[in-house]
Amino acid sequence: MFDVRPVEIDYVQHRAQQFREQVARRLDGSLTEEEFRPLRLMNGVYLQLHAYMLRVAVPYGTINPDQMRTLALLAEKYDKGYGHWTTRQNIQYNWPKLVDIPDMLDELAKVGMHAIQTSGNTIRNVTTDAFAGAAFDETADPRPYAELLRSWSTDHAEFQFLPRKFKIAISSGAKDRAVIAAHDIGLRLKEQDGKTGFEVWIGGGLGRTPVLGQVVRDFLPEEDLLPYVEAIIATYNLAGRRDNKYKARIKITVMERGMDVMRAEIEEEFLARRRDFHGADREALAIFKDRFRAPAFRNAATDGFEAERQANPGFRSWTDTNLHQHRIDGYASVVVTFKSPGQTPGDASAEQMRLIADLAERFGHSDIRIMHDQNVALPHVHKSDLPALYPELKAAGLATANAGLTSDIIACPGMDYCALATARSIPIAEEIADHFRALGLEEEIGNLNIRISGCINACGHHHLGHIGILGLDRAGVENYQITLGGDAYDIPAIGQRAGAGFPAEEVVPAIDRLLRAYLEVRQDENERFIDAYRRLGQAPFKAALYPETADA
Amino acid sequence: MSKAFTPTANKPGVITANDLREGFNVWMCEDGWTPDPRKATLYEDEAIAELALLQAIGQADRVVGPYIVEAKRGPNGPEPVHFREAFRQRGPSNYFHGIQAEQQAEASNV
Repeated sequence: MFDVRPVEIDYVQHRAQQFREQVARRLDGSLTEEEFRPLRLMNGVYLQLHAYMLRVAVPYGTINPDQMRTLALLAEKYDKGYGHWTTRQNIQYNWPKLVDIPDMLDELAKVGMHAIQTSGNTIRNVTTDAFAGAAFDETADPRPYAELLRSWSTDHAEFQFLPRKFKIAISSGAKDRAVIAAHDIGLRLKEQDGKTGFEVWIGGGLGRTPVLGQVVRDFLPEEDLLPYVEAIIATYNLAGRRDNKYKARIKITVMERGMDVMRAEIEEEFLARRRDFHGADREALAIFKDRFRAPAFRNAATDGFEAERQANPGFRSWTDTNLHQHRIDGYASVVVTFKSPGQTPGDASAEQMRLIADLAERFGHSDIRIMHDQNVALPHVHKSDLPALYPELKAAGLATANAGLTSDIIACPGMDYCALATARSIPIAEEIADHFRALGLEEEIGNLNIRISGCINACGHHHLGHIGILGLDRAGVENYQITLGGDAYDIPAIGQRAGAGFPAEEVVPAIDRLLRAYLEVRQDENERFIDAYRRLGQAPFKAALYPETADA
Repeated sequence: MSKAFTPTANKPGVITANDLREGFNVWMCEDGWTPDPRKATLYEDEAIAELALLQAIGQADRVVGPYIVEAKRGPNGPEPVHFREAFRQRGPSNYFHGIQAEQQAEASNV
């Protein structure tokens, strides 16, 4: 379990007090809104469509039960009883009052949490594999490295005013569950000649110009992590464009200058910077590796688990879809999807958060992860405890057997909350999920990633959806473009636009035609939608989306 | 959203912003600011609206981000033209929160 060090609590309490004074100065007129805005953004406070929004950091998605209970308290006391999991493994509150936010930050500080660098042109929350320390296939636990990067990047004086926001993700091994190709820096843990290190990617990102990252360094020994990452960001900090917000991300810097130029500059900077680290980073890494040591796993029979699977079809179906293979025999990682019928994707009520905290203590070695797909994982649950865990999740509406299926949709808040959105996302996600549930087709369709964004900033990662949906404002009416063939994981790919957009009421029928076409053309049930798309290309799917054009 | 909207007699507009302390949406009305969009002042003259916007900007101790946006005359007061403003005046579609809930509470108290 992640320990909160007292020194960190002092620091976040200090920052909360600073923000309290900044709010007071804004309210008494000593600060203008122009002066206050960057200060509130540095503390994760946005002004959205209906209210302020507070984004709280969950470093690399790892959170303990007491911290989760604090998130529940904030939802209940300062919001409308719920919070929203984000694709950076953070949580957002949609309705806080500015005058209450200093109190919210004080509550967070008590459990070592904060909202620092959840906005602004800074290094944002480092994300990683939600099954870190648990996955059967990981090369190494990525959390010590993520914590090293977090502690180094928090309040890093040189990187508080980057050209644009900066996002880092770490994959635990060959199988990428952290979407490293879509990050400013992506790090893939790997072994080479008996040493642990990273394959380093740079220049990925979504938004209005989606680009997949490229490998800048094949192998970086783990002890060089901080100087190398610092060299990348320092190079970008100088070379990145500040004249045009839309050309300021490192993906554009790499495109404009070329990878060879960037690599040469980064390597030169790296050699200079490495001399200044003097080993403090290596000592810190050793401490963090100890902090993230494995819990005391236990041995127990799994007969009860197998018997319950035979006796209870609901339990069997849920264990078929919502478990991930653990590295320890007898254990599993549990995916608790926040995508049940009628639920807004990624929304968690205070009661649900408290239940997760309790269940993690009772069954999960007190470890909880926020997943980048807006679900929650209990990484270490012994299979013999699953028959007791399942009914408790089910009673809270959290045992929907849909991880990785059609209704497990990533959706941004869209124009129901976001000031930047051009159309709504949430109702489209709910309608698609309801439609395919009612038809009972989810299981037959199998693995499918649908992702919806309410504007070109792509917070819903629509480019990476097998089916992506982008909501736009077309002459004052919501309109939805469909992209096909995106992939966040095995073979990273940016989806290609299929054709003209659809009005809101025609989106579900279009997706219905698309998936029925897939069921027709697939070789067998093991060929997923994305596999069939790769084999056949866009033509049969485009014909299903636009039957009139196809007939003509 | 166009912050540069210029109202005319044919295309009138309202001035809207967010409450500084609490964040909720407000509209400029005869005696200040109201959370009820139907009570907003409808501007049909560019010069008068721009003067009112300057006054709104001058009330930075009360509101954040004021702007003029198109509206139309309705039976109960100004109504939104663009769907974004309609959502701002109603609240989100996934929960009965925001102004729609406030208005219902107000109606049941009458």
